[in-house]
Amino acid sequence: MKKHLTALAIVSSLSAAPAMAQDLDIKITNLTNAIYFTPFLVAAHDKHSRLFMEGSAASSNLQAMAEGGNIAGLSTDIQAMGGNVVENPAAGLLAPGGSTRFILMSNKDNRHLSLTAMMLPTNDGFVGVDSIKIPKKRGVYTYYLKAYDAGTEANDELLTGGGAPGMAGIPADPGGYAGMGGSGVTGADHNSMIHIHRGTQGDNDPAGGISDLDSGVHQWDNPVAKLVITVMGKHKKHDDDDD
Amino acid sequence: MKGSIKFGIIAATLASTLLLQGCNDDDNNMQRSFNVEVTNLSHQQPFAPVAAVLHTSGYTGFSRGSMASNGLELLAESGDPGGFIAEADSDNRVLNSVSGTGMITPGGTETIIVQGNSSQPRLSLAGMLVNTNDGFVGLSDVDLSGLNIGESLQLHARVYDAGTEANTEAATDVPGQGGEGINAARDDRNFIAVHPGIVSMDDGLTSSALDASFRFDNPAARIIITRTQP
Repeated sequence: MKKHLTALAIVSSLSAAPAMAQDLDIKITNLTNAIYFTPFLVAAHDKHSRLFMEGSAASSNLQAMAEGGNIAGLSTDIQAMGGNVVENPAAGLLAPGGSTRFILMSNKDNRHLSLTAMMLPTNDGFVGVDSIKIPKKRGVYTYYLKAYDAGTEANDELLTGGGAPGMAGIPADPGGYAGMGGSGVTGADHNSMIHIHRGTQGDNDPAGGISDLDSGVHQWDNPVAKLVITVMGKHKKHDDDDD
Repeated sequence: MKGSIKFGIIAATLASTLLLQGCNDDDNNMQRSFNVEVTNLSHQQPFAPVAAVLHTSGYTGFSRGSMASNGLELLAESGDPGGFIAEADSDNRVLNSVSGTGMITPGGTETIIVQGNSSQPRLSLAGMLVNTNDGFVGLSDVDLSGLNIGESLQLHARVYDAGTEANTEAATDVPGQGGEGINAARDDRNFIAVHPGIVSMDDGLTSSALDASFRFDNPAARIIITRTQP
């Protein structure tokens, strides 16, 4: 809290200095037990654009990402707004316990960072962060990320292969722990806006029950991922005097 | 590091200079006004009217590990913020306490305005999750003294358990399911803790009237505090 306010104050004191292009060293780690992340879209962008916003309706391209892992539309959208992106840094799925480290080159106007990736197996769950203010000062910055529900598909927890937007069901369980033959957990979402995912229900009946997911394997609590941004400033000397 | 300490000292010096000028000039320079925008990020847990309290250091609306006040018990068990606000109003460190106008539904937002005359304002708030026995979303003692006019602070609030009522999840005990509100008996652990969440009938709690759709994870709310021109 106090730290946040200090950061605000420092940022405003620096605002007169010219902003420069920046190379960001980014590392994302999957903190869940058995949830896989589909390819990430990571974007640096200005304050007027975003990938998603809590409490607001999902765009159709956010829905495509959250229900089927397709980041193509979201990536096109944010680049059309001048954003810099890295797509699919893990070269495929990011498994539980796994991490991916990569460089994002952002231009001087893109002072905010957002990212998204679908969580498997879920109906429309995704890990994400909306518009972190990219730190300017050299250093290592750690953030913990939450699981969101896109609010676009009922969480029936049935592994029926529905990955296309608007199609019911979960596309896949890459870990192979899911069962089958569930009757379906719930009806339509009661919150159609992007909200905090209430988590997996699951059951302990691999051949029936209400859910195809396993309550002893597929559950999580926030946070579900760790994001570490290392800012490698342009100036290696006299950095301490900058502010 | 050296830099930020230096900055901190300069800022503190500037702040106290400004403060002195403010007092000499006009008390209105310490007048603070904030928009507190509360967004419900849960799936199926409407918030009962949220109580927002602007105060100075020393007031504590609730504290993890401590016993809930009677006002907080009423707020957390029935959704009525009246007692919590009355307790705040009787504390001379409280600048302003305001109740939201109604329920905040999942995905919904309400903006509550709080104002007061202090250069060191702090904010606490609480609002019941109506499909729980005694769960409430809350913020405690957030320092707003560093916000300039037009600046915002975005926070996320987690769900606490008032510790005053056992988490039966039964329809007779949960207001959102038609159950009773306040029950003066304290039949739980009697201290405020982070809420363990909804178990639900789908997970084998036979007394529960709630299915899995009422579950929640933290945070349950986004709070954006913006300092405005008083």
